[in-house]
Amino acid sequence: MTLTATPTPAKGLVGHFERGLDAPICLTWELTYACNLSCVHCLSSSGRRDPRELSTAEAKVVIDELERMQVFYVNIGGGEPTVRPDFWELMDYATAHHVGVKFSTNGVHINADIAARLAGSDYVDVQISLDGATAEVNDAVRGPGSFDTAMRAMANLADAGFRGFKVSVVCTRANIPQLDQFKAITDRFGAQLRLTRLRPSGRGADTWDELHPLPEQQRQLYDWLVAHGEGVLTGDSFFHLSAYGQSMPGLNLCGAGRVVCLIDPVGDVYACPFAIHEEFLAGNVRDTGGFQAVWRSSDLFADLRAPQDVGVCTTCNAFGTCRGGCMAAKFFTGLPLNGPDPECVKGYGADALLARGATGAMGAPKPSGDHSHRTSPREVGSRRPRPVPVMIGSGPRSRPVSACEDDPLAGFSPQIG
Amino acid sequence: MTASPTLEELPVTRPGAESFDPELGWTLHSQVSVRPEPFGALLYHFGNRRLSFLKERLLLEVVQVLGEHDSARAAYVAAGVPAADWPRYDTALTALVASEILTPARTPSSKEST
Repeated sequence: MTLTATPTPAKGLVGHFERGLDAPICLTWELTYACNLSCVHCLSSSGRRDPRELSTAEAKVVIDELERMQVFYVNIGGGEPTVRPDFWELMDYATAHHVGVKFSTNGVHINADIAARLAGSDYVDVQISLDGATAEVNDAVRGPGSFDTAMRAMANLADAGFRGFKVSVVCTRANIPQLDQFKAITDRFGAQLRLTRLRPSGRGADTWDELHPLPEQQRQLYDWLVAHGEGVLTGDSFFHLSAYGQSMPGLNLCGAGRVVCLIDPVGDVYACPFAIHEEFLAGNVRDTGGFQAVWRSSDLFADLRAPQDVGVCTTCNAFGTCRGGCMAAKFFTGLPLNGPDPECVKGYGADALLARGATGAMGAPKPSGDHSHRTSPREVGSRRPRPVPVMIGSGPRSRPVSACEDDPLAGFSPQIG
Repeated sequence: MTASPTLEELPVTRPGAESFDPELGWTLHSQVSVRPEPFGALLYHFGNRRLSFLKERLLLEVVQVLGEHDSARAAYVAAGVPAADWPRYDTALTALVASEILTPARTPSSKEST
């Protein structure tokens, strides 16, 4: 046997992770729900600041705890974390206390001075969000001007000598044809490309149907990831694609509540960044015992660390690597947690979505907490507002109502588009 | 929002790194943080931002005392590694050197330690 595990941990180690660690390896910390953008797929439905946001002093107490627990680093996001006036202070406080910082930003505050400051730190990593390799594709999702903002931030980082910062792309139907262009952009800036999976979380619940990759695009993405290997990061978010044949690099397991979690701006601790819903709320850092007590003794996390009921997926030959896919993706599409992922590459997810039907789709849990700006959300792919089609009762395409359907919504079939 | 990741990249061995010699002194890279775990330890390298695992507690002990000894062999003896296991430990330390987790203790001869 070997004594170190590189690059993919052995089964025994995965078992340890599935049973949970005394402290997370890393965690996501959304510092604020305030954001200058209104991305249509925002998984935390960000926009407006929550007045109950953790204060600077409270945030420092959390950092002290993370240091004691030896959490290696935090992935800071939001919202746009840099709009917090104390952001740089908290970043410095964390790194001075041996908690590394990787923060995600749309680039709005990454000017030349800030870029130089960031380039000088060994314990800070920066991730610029970009969801299109062209302004047209990016801005349709992230809003007008956001492509230029991101490009300017990247140029500032590169000019300051910051090597290897990350460019983070949420893969969508519109940008999967641009994978090579993304790679060219990041190479040009001496950065590293990071591709992650679109989740039906937050405002993404409303846009997932239109934005999530088509089945043939999933295959295209898989082939591209295999061809580019370890040079492209994925946040381990595509393990459901490993069912195509080859294991994705990294941990092929759901780390929610076991080795990772989310702290939201008001201190609520969720199992993962994609599961902001009371069903996955473990506690709050303001509770007695702080974050450590939530991590070590919450009932929810104990459940997630116990052997899981994985249901029908166990009979699938891909289960060993796919592990049934993403909990949050199933939850917010209204699928049972012990069944296939909605984007299961074997097609079982598509079957499950059909079986769920329109009524099931309407019954899917809604993400908790909407912090969106109080303006109408823009529609994907269109700058002009379109009339909302409203139909009540049986439209021309409604299916026949069977005698045993006594639900008040029986016969109601929502028309989309 | 700006998507933050769940669990990031796992280690990759860099070609061209130092090669391990058990007769030389080695020490933990100054940017590596070690967290003991029931199964061994987690190591995080802040320089290359990579996570590694030690799968035995005894290996963790070796890594922790490595810097106090003139050679890796001396550290094995101090930590009580049975001689029969030395080849396995050599293999493990070779991997740790390749991932830049261990660096030469003091510039021996012409080698530069950074």
